[in-house]
Amino acid sequence: MSTAHRFGSFPVQLAGSWHRYLFTGAVILLCLWVLVPIYLLLVNTLSSAEAVAAYPKKPFPEIDTESLQFFMNYAGVGQALWNSIKVATVTMILSIAAGAPAGYALSRFDFRGKDTFRILVLMTRAFPLPLLALPLAVLYIRIGLDDSVLGLAFVHTTLALPFAVLITFSLFSGIPIELEEAAWTLGCNRFQAFYKVIFPLVLPGIAASAIFAFVISWNEVFAAAVLTIENRTLPAFLLQGLSDSPMHLKFAGGAVLVLPALLFIFLVRKYLFSMWGIANR
Amino acid sequence: MAEIKIKNVAKQYGNVHALHSIDMTIDDQEFMVLLGASGCGKTTLLRIVAGLETATTGEVWIGDKRVDQLPPKDRGIAMVFQNYAVFPHLTVFENIAFGLRMARVDQAEVDRRVERTATLMHIEGLLKRYSGQLSGGQRQRVAVARALATEPEVLLMDEPLSNLDALLRMEMRAELKTVLAESKTTTIYVTHDQVEAMSMADRIAIMNGGKIVQASSAVEVYRNPAAHFVGSFIGNPPMNFLNASNSGDGLWTVGGIKVKGPDSSKQTIQFAIRPEDIVVHGQPGNGSSSSENSLTAAVRIVEPLGSHLLASCKVDEQLFRVILDSDAQIKPGDTLHWLPQADRVRWFDPETELAIS
Repeated sequence: MSTAHRFGSFPVQLAGSWHRYLFTGAVILLCLWVLVPIYLLLVNTLSSAEAVAAYPKKPFPEIDTESLQFFMNYAGVGQALWNSIKVATVTMILSIAAGAPAGYALSRFDFRGKDTFRILVLMTRAFPLPLLALPLAVLYIRIGLDDSVLGLAFVHTTLALPFAVLITFSLFSGIPIELEEAAWTLGCNRFQAFYKVIFPLVLPGIAASAIFAFVISWNEVFAAAVLTIENRTLPAFLLQGLSDSPMHLKFAGGAVLVLPALLFIFLVRKYLFSMWGIANR
Repeated sequence: MAEIKIKNVAKQYGNVHALHSIDMTIDDQEFMVLLGASGCGKTTLLRIVAGLETATTGEVWIGDKRVDQLPPKDRGIAMVFQNYAVFPHLTVFENIAFGLRMARVDQAEVDRRVERTATLMHIEGLLKRYSGQLSGGQRQRVAVARALATEPEVLLMDEPLSNLDALLRMEMRAELKTVLAESKTTTIYVTHDQVEAMSMADRIAIMNGGKIVQASSAVEVYRNPAAHFVGSFIGNPPMNFLNASNSGDGLWTVGGIKVKGPDSSKQTIQFAIRPEDIVVHGQPGNGSSSSENSLTAAVRIVEPLGSHLLASCKVDEQLFRVILDSDAQIKPGDTLHWLPQADRVRWFDPETELAIS
């Protein structure tokens, strides 16, 4: 996996060879920790119902898409999938619309309380959602936002916003201010300079940040389960529906949830590394 | 066309004074270089003229227009940045055309002007490339072409050559000088490289600690430094300074001999001379031809530099550098007997650090 390669290529001077073994061992262990469940999920999803229950397992499944097909045709899955896409899309738009200007301001302007603001943005992630859920549900019912795509998207936006702010902050910081200044001296006002020079340069990164917000909403189950009843998103629907289902269907549902998220994160990994301060040259 | 007037401009960051009340007029079509060590305020002053920074107090005039409240786009300027700032998402052609497009110049005129400035900067073959496909020198040419294409009244350059290697810098220096002379713009050019400053400038403004210490032609700042700082900053090696004590009647004792100097009631002032402005008496080393009226210098280090010899000596326990002919037979430990060229001696007040005439 690329993680192993990245850390392996760090110019770290290791004291003795046993250090190196320990390091390599830890990397392998962490990779297995992530990869083994995904592997099992895939194998069982692509196995027939009998093969899932059978023991011992074969390492490679005979490809059988029956579970997947059954799952996709299961009543309500299509609707839940559609809801998930709607909520995630609204979340994506809202968090970029609010997050990118904040990221720009953080990277380009000095203002009082800037560092505090950055910490506060992160701190919102430390606030436990279960604590908020009940008052939020009551409030939503009162103002009529409960069980709606928009209501859930608002909650997901607050979850995704800190990441949107910090990713776009690092994107804008990576663009030399001189490019903007050059545009100003060549006849642009602030807005034109942003639109003609900065925006085209950050567009790929903004897209990545948007996809990340999409994934956060896609994966979120708690708020979705509490705040929706009829209009469930896929994770909330699965949480409710799959607990009583046979094993092979649980695997199929899990795979449908995990794979898009994995794929998306893989596509935007370069930008996530840069947000966490790992050079992406 | 466009004369630049800077009136009483000061800049403060919190309690730090980056610029102290600068007054300067740059004539139309003049090439003015702001020269100083890093942190002297030269870039800040340039950015205030550009409108990228706001002065705490003071006025900036370009031509007949007061511009200090205007955004950069309304000042009739163009700027070249140290790191080139070539837009990476545009081709060289579109980079050069950028300012023209913003000014809504029609396509035929854009083509004509891009063609002309690109040819001027010898990058006409690169117009379809992107900045990532160019070398540092080529990017610098694009940046200059982009600035010139808008035919600005004022061209501002912030250390444009400092990221280039030495040979390329020398080549670009001569080329820029030619191009800018033809373009008839008023230019302010910031650099910390005195050779660059002296070779290009009509006038050099030497800055130190947020003030302009002297603004004059290259020869003038070299020959007649207005302050101790200028003498010790300009020239490689810089000017030599020796303590001089008052012997009355306008005579000053320097290194054991009496030298005619300014009338002053001060007890000690500084005697200053360029390393090449001395006359060495007789064959160094044998001491036979030493006259009553010559100074002695104990040679410590001899550096043969090809065109000349640089000897670091001690005079009266003070460091003293001498430039000698390459054929001079001297070695560490020798004693030189020398006299200053009378018309090249300068005097400085140790308290105000200003020149005394």
